[in-house]
Amino acid sequence: MAEMVEFELVSPEEVLVTQLVDMVVVPGGDGDYGVLAGHVPMITTVRPGAITIFEEGRVTDRIFVTGGFAEVTGERITILIEKSVKVDKLDRAVVEQDLKNFAEDVEDAKTDDERGQAINKLEIAKAQLQAIVDAAANH
Amino acid sequence: MPSLKDLKNRIASVKSTQKITSAMKMVAASKLRRAQEQAEASRPYAERLDRMLESLASDIVNKGPAPETLPKLITGTGSDRVQLLIVVTSDRGLCGGFNSVIVREVRRIIQRNRAEGKTTKLLCIGRKGRDQLRRDYANLIVHHFEDIGRPRLSFNHGNTIGTKVLELFNAGEFDVAHVVYNKFKSVITQIVTVQQLIPLAPGEPKDDTIGSEGGAASIEFEPEEQKILEALLPRNLSFQLFRALLESAASEQGARMTAMDNATRNAGDMINKLTLNYNRTRQAYITKELIEIISGAEAL
Repeated sequence: MAEMVEFELVSPEEVLVTQLVDMVVVPGGDGDYGVLAGHVPMITTVRPGAITIFEEGRVTDRIFVTGGFAEVTGERITILIEKSVKVDKLDRAVVEQDLKNFAEDVEDAKTDDERGQAINKLEIAKAQLQAIVDAAANH
Repeated sequence: MPSLKDLKNRIASVKSTQKITSAMKMVAASKLRRAQEQAEASRPYAERLDRMLESLASDIVNKGPAPETLPKLITGTGSDRVQLLIVVTSDRGLCGGFNSVIVREVRRIIQRNRAEGKTTKLLCIGRKGRDQLRRDYANLIVHHFEDIGRPRLSFNHGNTIGTKVLELFNAGEFDVAHVVYNKFKSVITQIVTVQQLIPLAPGEPKDDTIGSEGGAASIEFEPEEQKILEALLPRNLSFQLFRALLESAASEQGARMTAMDNATRNAGDMINKLTLNYNRTRQAYITKELIEIISGAEAL
């Protein structure tokens, strides 16, 4: 049995997940990376996307996050996020509708501020759709 | 001599007030428990965020990217002329000195800043503090928030305020920001706390062994430190505000509980006094009537 890595998912309001897993794949700010036990210590940003959890060679969970920060040490990976939702709880139809709405918001935005916010939302919706597609492809 | 009926009415009215205050006390107690649980739940995030900031800070000290490349949130604007005070108070009264102590502290700071020739600006959270400060310092209030934390305090509230503060900072509206709030120590003790948010006050300097132990020095950053800091600092700001809101919410309920407990006890004392008075008066009426009867009978 390979060594396990402790996976922690923490939001400002509560600790969402603490469990021992084989591998975690994180959507890092500079690209996805996998974390196994004994990983080099590292701190990264997390972009909107799905965190994938592997146990015994299989994907056991996919959690969508809207972005945050990850801290990796040899035995632990801690991810600080604001909001998370399990990928299988995401509804494709709703996400596609969101995508359309936010795309319109981006066009309708009058100030730079509004546009920035709308683009952020659009990016998150895009990442959600991607996560759903990926999850479906790997089933 | 007050009439018996008046006394009876007063006793009844004090009794119903007592019922209200004791109910409010119980409501505050249950809200306090919830607020404490919430504050407790946010602690893990705080610890980890601190740890990350510490690693970043010690890395920057060790490797030293040029200070001028660091975000302004950490280095400041190089001036301290305009001070922003974020005043956290409650929306509702009946909680003893909870809001007054905050307002008193704020007034003190404003006076001190004036004496030092600095300008103060206020950002009020909560209706009560704003109402009190508006009397003297209406022109200093740049923005205010109300009904924060209803029905339930969430990180979004911290985020809303954080975004506003950042917006003001980026517009060059102020140089230094402090938050003033009541820190929850116990149900009867709340401590007025002034915490510096911008520029980020360095935490307690840890002993120098961190680097030599090889812990912090070997951490990799991806993307580079400055980019992470740029993303992390606004988040940290929102989170610190969220923490202040949580502490303040717990303190508010604690203060209200104590205030209502006192009020209930005072009402009890008052009822005792009034009841004694009522009985004495009744006795006096009876005695008077007896005397009248007896002296009437003797006169026959």
